[in-house]
Amino acid sequence: MAGLTLYDKLWQAHVVDEAKDGATLLYIDRHLVHEVTSPQAFEGLRLAGRKPWRAKSAIAVPDHNVPTTQRAAGIADPVSRLQVETLDRNCADFGIEEFKMNDVRQGIVHVIGPEEGLTLPGMTVVCGDSHTSTHGAFGALAFGIGTSEVEHVLATQCLVAKKSKAMRITVEGVLGQGVTAKDVALAVIGRIGTAGGTGYAVEFAGSAIRGLSLEGRMTLCNMAIEAGARAGMVAVDDKTLDYVKGRPYAPQGAQWEQAAAWWRTLHTDPDARFDAEVSLRAEDIVPQVTWGTSPEMVVTVDSRVPDPAGAPNAVKRQDWERALQYMGLAAGTPIQEIAVDKVFIGSCTNSRIEDLRAAAAVVKGRRKADGVKLAMVVPGSGLIKRQAEQEGLDRVFVDAGFEWREPGCSMCLAMNADRLEPGERCASTSNRNFEGRQGAGGRTHLVSPAMAAAAAIAGHFVDVRHF
Amino acid sequence: MTPFTRLLGLVAPMDRANVDTDAIIPKQFLKSIKRSGFGPNLFDEWRYLDVGEPGQDCSARPLNPDFVLNQPRYRGVQILLARDNFGCGSSREHAPWALQDYGFRAVIAPSFADIFYNNCFKNGLLPIVLSAETVDRLFAETFATPGYRLDIDLVQQTVTLPDGSTIGFAVDEFRKYCLLNGLDDIGLTLQKVDKIRAYEARRRAEAPWLFV
Ligand code: SF4
Repeated sequence: MAGLTLYDKLWQAHVVDEAKDGATLLYIDRHLVHEVTSPQAFEGLRLAGRKPWRAKSAIAVPDHNVPTTQRAAGIADPVSRLQVETLDRNCADFGIEEFKMNDVRQGIVHVIGPEEGLTLPGMTVVCGDSHTSTHGAFGALAFGIGTSEVEHVLATQCLVAKKSKAMRITVEGVLGQGVTAKDVALAVIGRIGTAGGTGYAVEFAGSAIRGLSLEGRMTLCNMAIEAGARAGMVAVDDKTLDYVKGRPYAPQGAQWEQAAAWWRTLHTDPDARFDAEVSLRAEDIVPQVTWGTSPEMVVTVDSRVPDPAGAPNAVKRQDWERALQYMGLAAGTPIQEIAVDKVFIGSCTNSRIEDLRAAAAVVKGRRKADGVKLAMVVPGSGLIKRQAEQEGLDRVFVDAGFEWREPGCSMCLAMNADRLEPGERCASTSNRNFEGRQGAGGRTHLVSPAMAAAAAIAGHFVDVRHF
Repeated sequence: MTPFTRLLGLVAPMDRANVDTDAIIPKQFLKSIKRSGFGPNLFDEWRYLDVGEPGQDCSARPLNPDFVLNQPRYRGVQILLARDNFGCGSSREHAPWALQDYGFRAVIAPSFADIFYNNCFKNGLLPIVLSAETVDRLFAETFATPGYRLDIDLVQQTVTLPDGSTIGFAVDEFRKYCLLNGLDDIGLTLQKVDKIRAYEARRRAEAPWLFV
């Protein structure tokens, strides 16, 4: 019999029951909850007179609607406020622990899970949010669910799921200077397309992936969903254990030893087989910039906006034309001649300490270009913010004319007050460049933190390798 | 959940690939803590010429005459014909809620994003995958024929065209069963309480750190 993939091992460890047609009742270890996708689930529980099966497996945090300025003043928008208050009330009513808006541990749900040790290797982790794939960086099986499933997990601690096919994306070699996990993620999506991973659970493997820090692996797994994959994951290694050890919710003492012994087995066996394999060479990957309205519309920083005439088929040609029109770009424009109005450094893709350090290293001693109306840095959590301040990163940003904000999702999806105005162009470290994502009519270009920082200084995209 | 068995419905074409959940229901409407009432804001940014805000009376807003669903021939539509990777992006269930609230009962496309596909079944909305060639043909016929209707039979797993030809589609047994009967799958899972308890007991012994 062939060996097992990491995905097989994680799946098998959580099967409660299996029907003949493959529909599996899967046990969920960790349930992360935020204010946007949970109110209707709690309402459903109430209407059915049900209680959480294991309230301690769940942890909640408001992140999408929270303001990133003047936190103490509360939320000005009454609709946003109601949603956050509803979360507070639901957590109190159902006995679920919550990091409230003014708790220093508050932050983006996918940032605080790992930071607190709530996300552990070998776990099944779910959240009513597609970027739950982030947690797969720890050798966990993590995926996003809808609100009905949020209710299902609250009520039963299980989900009805069907096993996906397995894909391995291997990146061998050493990433060049200035090339980051974000560039790897975008290069992968550029290669396989936004639907390339549909129906698959993806494992990222190879020496370049092992070379990434856990922060980098999170960035990569975070964007697995943008390639259509339900889950992304990376095998457990020493770096994983080093990251987890000592976190508030991580096991300790004898339980740590017992856990670590199992975690060390969480990798794909050498003779395991995948349904699909993709491989990239690290040396071929250079900084990436998206030019359109889908993450697959991406090119290297040293190239030009593509011409729809060269699109592979008629449907794509139409999409490209529509994207260029929305983005206000002409085919053939060199990427480095595109000027930006705003810069956003943040989101669950790139708001961790390593991301802020990378951006600060570019910014240090320089000033934001006059043409850039706003450059904002939004740390992923209160603890990251505090650490960055201890390292003096906030001063670097503020001295360069950037704004230093409170943690939250912020302009990643513009549900709070941070947003683009129609026609404004943004260099953003987030994960989605869909139409209107950062505000109606806003134009988003996805890049790494260093690339975003460099664009803020230059006023247009530049190749951070020569900046 | 409303059961789905058979539907003879008017079809509207959404002729673009990668229609994401942000387009289906823009984020400002996710602030609602309710499950219904999203229909008037379905495809809000494409459908109206102004910028929509939650709680607004949409009947007074300027419509975009070029948007497909605003054309009189698609009034009363129940089946959406779409392109590849429909429903990509976020996990928000507000997307199927909005489609359903508008009146849709089925979406046909060559492929769907996983989470969206899954969410549809939980809300009595049937997503049907047909080959790219078939979908191309349906687009052509829909454009050419005002009042174009399809007959979808979930029991038989068929889509019947106006000319009487029939196309089969695949659907998971369990999902079909739930949809046909309008079943709440939480109730079904809770019939397996003993199995969940047994799993927990075993797991607690193997991996006690998960249960602190
Ligand atoms: S930062 Fe953006 S992508 Fe991440 S959870 Fe928040 S809104 Fe979603």
